[in-house]
Amino acid sequence: MPNELQEVKFYQTGTFTVGNRLLEENERAVQANMRRTNSLNSGHRACQGCGEALGARYAIDAAMRATDNKIVAVNATGCLEVFSTPYPESSWQIPWIHSLFGNAAAVASGVAAALRVTGRTSTRVVAQGGDGGTTDIGFGCLSGMFERNDDVLYICYDNEAYMNTGVQRSSATPPTARTATTMAVGKEPGNVFGTGKNVPLIAMAHFIPYVATASVANLRDLEFKVTKAMSIHGARYVHIHVPCPLGWGSAPADTIKLARLAVETGLFPLFEAEHGEITGSTKIRRKVPVEDYLRLQKRFAHLFGAKPDEARLARVQANADRNIAKFGLMD
Amino acid sequence: MLKQTEGSHAVAEAIALCRPQVICAYPITPQTHIVEGVGEMVKDGTLANCEFINVESEFAAMSVAIGASAAGARAYTATSSQGLLFMAEAVYNAAGLGLPIVMTIGNRAIGAPINIWNDHSDSMSMRDAGWIQLFAETNQEALDLHIQAFRLAEELSCPVMVCMDGFILTHAYDRVDIPAQADVDAYLPPFQPRQILDTADPVTIGALVGPEAFTEVRYLGHHKQLRALSLIPKLATEFAAKFGRNSGGLLRTYRTEGAETIVVALGSVNGTVQEVVDDLRNEGAAIGSVSICSFRPFPISALREALQSAKRVVVLEKCLAVGLGGIVSDGVRKSLSGIQLKGYTVIAGLGGRAITRVSLRQLFEDAIADELEQVTFLDLNAEVVSHELEREAQARRTGPTAEAILRRMGTVASQIG
Repeated sequence: MPNELQEVKFYQTGTFTVGNRLLEENERAVQANMRRTNSLNSGHRACQGCGEALGARYAIDAAMRATDNKIVAVNATGCLEVFSTPYPESSWQIPWIHSLFGNAAAVASGVAAALRVTGRTSTRVVAQGGDGGTTDIGFGCLSGMFERNDDVLYICYDNEAYMNTGVQRSSATPPTARTATTMAVGKEPGNVFGTGKNVPLIAMAHFIPYVATASVANLRDLEFKVTKAMSIHGARYVHIHVPCPLGWGSAPADTIKLARLAVETGLFPLFEAEHGEITGSTKIRRKVPVEDYLRLQKRFAHLFGAKPDEARLARVQANADRNIAKFGLMD
Repeated sequence: MLKQTEGSHAVAEAIALCRPQVICAYPITPQTHIVEGVGEMVKDGTLANCEFINVESEFAAMSVAIGASAAGARAYTATSSQGLLFMAEAVYNAAGLGLPIVMTIGNRAIGAPINIWNDHSDSMSMRDAGWIQLFAETNQEALDLHIQAFRLAEELSCPVMVCMDGFILTHAYDRVDIPAQADVDAYLPPFQPRQILDTADPVTIGALVGPEAFTEVRYLGHHKQLRALSLIPKLATEFAAKFGRNSGGLLRTYRTEGAETIVVALGSVNGTVQEVVDDLRNEGAAIGSVSICSFRPFPISALREALQSAKRVVVLEKCLAVGLGGIVSDGVRKSLSGIQLKGYTVIAGLGGRAITRVSLRQLFEDAIADELEQVTFLDLNAEVVSHELEREAQARRTGPTAEAILRRMGTVASQIG
């Protein structure tokens, strides 16, 4: 039987980043098995409990399965790019290009055009970036790609701040969250209310064929949405909620739990839309108060303590309730 | 085929002859007619097998070109001025990744103050981005340089800018000889990428590179340009053999035999320079000129050879290294290493200020008499400058400088030229 396990390569020593590869072969996780599509290999340098690494692996593997393994990936600068490509040990087993922070959607448009003009029409393009690279600096290129309806699936891995540069606020950072640029100090600690943007809704406003939100809490749903996206031509957008233990101040083991709580509180609604119309949403079976979600994260610690910030907690709860009503999350 | 046409249109026809596969278009004066021209040819089917993409910014234009080139398509775009600055991050990126994109620059000043007219500040600002920069003297040369540029870019896997003076060339109607498609096809083979995003042989392009290898990657970029120093003349010679005219090369000398004074310039102003050289030669002055075509790589050896017997060099620049003087002069100085001659920098033609024969004649006569300052601003209106300086010395809140100058001058249009 051929060796199904990857050769262990140490880029850094004295750290825990090699993780899974240190285990005996029979103890290693399924991720180390070379029979997997392994578009994003084991051995990358993501933190423990990284939601983005998990989301990217499932999203890209699903896209691979949907296209007979014919995917070109375009990556924005960010955690995913940095932790997966310490030169020359790329974790990518697919053709993959990183150009800049703010241009992944445009580079992907270029790749799609080249594939079309050179007759390689069975190869498809996936662009991916974090929330900073998508909702902020890459927003112009993203909107341009949507508007031209270029044949690109753009996936945003949303961990709600600029984690790669040290947890600064992005336009996807939720109200009251502490980041390095919305410090937990002053009269209203953390991020303010009334700012930010909902890029899935903005994507819908371009009337592109497919928009969906997904979460690493529901990987089958995530795979379903990526697979569906790959069955469609034109501009498509999937926005995946990916907890970040480092930036959120949460336990690495709680990544899936937090992602699930974000969905069950209504703070991160799961829905699909086609050509600008919402076609379905994932119902919340048992509504969870936002406090249960916020308490597990140090970025919201200033809301609790000896004197909980009841007023602002109520505003966060109101946001969740508004989502539940707007997206029909409860019958 | 001989044709009387606009410079931009001549370039558009040259681009079409090069069979680009992806063209990214974003409008900016004075480049716009070029992408309009190729766009029309794609839409009416003259230029087949080509994706013409209307992007939302110059940053996107270069980014789309990057993706297209990395996926194995021959990619082209054009820009000017603010557009080049807006795409700057992607300009560096294309060179760092070694993608053979060709881009036309319709040279234009950079604001503020906003100004649509010609100088070389835009492409000069990208001089260290890793692109080869070729400057056209005429519309014919602009056309020809594009054909050479794709060949050069693809042989080296290095992006190339073809720079042509905004309005002076882009909007001028002139007679050009448009080559036959078969001849261009014979000169420019189909694109064979050195790296390609291919599912059958996956590669990672644009990986993070640390201190252990970054210098080597940068050195190899430099090495490409050193190779271009011999490849550019070779391609120009081959071009001349096939198409029967001289275009491109590193530089061209004009009446430099026995010249004591040599004027160095880039682009279309060389035509005026040569006319003044002729006038002065006829009167017995030992003067000649050098037209630099390849600004990056800078032809240090070829220029040294051209200048070695002269007594003085006048570098006529359509750009300004603020706080230093000349940008081209920097390269010229390096070429002078080991030879003794006086060097003068003349800043001229900024923001479309006309460079007239009268002004150049006076300038060259002053140079011959060694009466020039180290750095001279040709036709600088000293009265306007001193008035403004005086005003600023008198009061604190003097308001916007440009507005104050224009208000005092009166009708703006009457001051151009």
